[in-house]
Amino acid sequence: MAEIIGGFTTSHVPAIGGAIARGKQEEAYWKPFFDFFPPIREWIGREKPDVAVIFYHDHGLGHFLDKMPTFALGCAAQYKHADEGWGLPDDGVFAGDPALSWHIAEALVEDEFDITTAQELLVDHAFKIPLQLLYPDTSDYPVRTVPITLNSIQHPLPKPRRCWELGRAVGRAIRSFPGDAKVLLIGSGGLSHQLDGERAGFLNKPFDLWCMERMIDDPEAMAKLSALDIVREAGAQGIELEAWLAMRGAMEGAVKALHRGYHIPISNTAAACMLMVPDAAA
Amino acid sequence: MAQTHGIPGTTVHDGEQARKGYALNKMCFSFNEAANRKAFLDDEAAYCAKFGLSPEQIEAVKARNVLQMIAAGGNAYYLAKLAGIFGLNMQDIGAQQTGLSVDEFKAKLVAAGRD
Repeated sequence: MAEIIGGFTTSHVPAIGGAIARGKQEEAYWKPFFDFFPPIREWIGREKPDVAVIFYHDHGLGHFLDKMPTFALGCAAQYKHADEGWGLPDDGVFAGDPALSWHIAEALVEDEFDITTAQELLVDHAFKIPLQLLYPDTSDYPVRTVPITLNSIQHPLPKPRRCWELGRAVGRAIRSFPGDAKVLLIGSGGLSHQLDGERAGFLNKPFDLWCMERMIDDPEAMAKLSALDIVREAGAQGIELEAWLAMRGAMEGAVKALHRGYHIPISNTAAACMLMVPDAAA
Repeated sequence: MAQTHGIPGTTVHDGEQARKGYALNKMCFSFNEAANRKAFLDDEAAYCAKFGLSPEQIEAVKARNVLQMIAAGGNAYYLAKLAGIFGLNMQDIGAQQTGLSVDEFKAKLVAAGRD
């Protein structure tokens, strides 16, 4: 049976991809952020997940506003990155896991989550950067992947409660998959930031730190917020927190944090990451 | 009327904005392809016309004015693709929208980390 071995969340600002491409990890601006990850990579190296199920939102590469799914599930054998228009390298190729994806699709619809399935899906930096951070020495990533996109760019957005419930349903689906697989969950995005409007540059450290605590001890407290509450508190793009919440829903039950990092600013964003594992002792 | 939903300095990209901004956002989506970025730079007016931009949108693009683009229905994630063509990064964009210099805007971000 498939087993969820842990959950990893991280910011995915495009500039991180640019810094990786240009080898800036040791520069003073970038070092506090890239220093988050060595202990997480040690854990990855020991635990060796087979599959990464990645909750993220697409920024106008795989989905356009002509047909905008609220939630979509990649079911392909392979996914590719492509030109996003702002100069990031576009060379990523990622193995899929169609058997697990279709099992999740079946289970979600049975659970009354009528998700969009995608047999072709370009995956953007929000999908790629977490993998680059976990596996910096290769572009041949040693995990199969399952992308799950959440609409974070055009209101009405899914309610935080619904993202939490989606995550729970995905978690049940993974745990009922008959194949053997060690699954790492990834929630990509956040934390507080706002790119647009007179409030551009808005950050909210107290709210971010509150969310990082609730990720561990009371994630449903975040699910009680509305999407507009999160926009107000975390900024227009801080709504990417919903990917963290969905990831945490899939963890189910008690967790403990093995690592966490928080640093302001990376580009216009409060950059953060967490690694959590099921807490069998709880 | 900006779609703020009671959140200061923020235009929520809701159905009203989506309807208003579709042509502009569709043009920005086309900038995922290098050939289209070049076509825009070669003849901006013809490229905007091809996507059926409204006069308000054409004016906002011509002025390189992000707040005007948002008022005309532009979505932040799509406008970022347009900003990339002009060689503007997110701090340049932030400074323009807030009326700060780029250095002042960066200092504001750093200060938010000290709270």
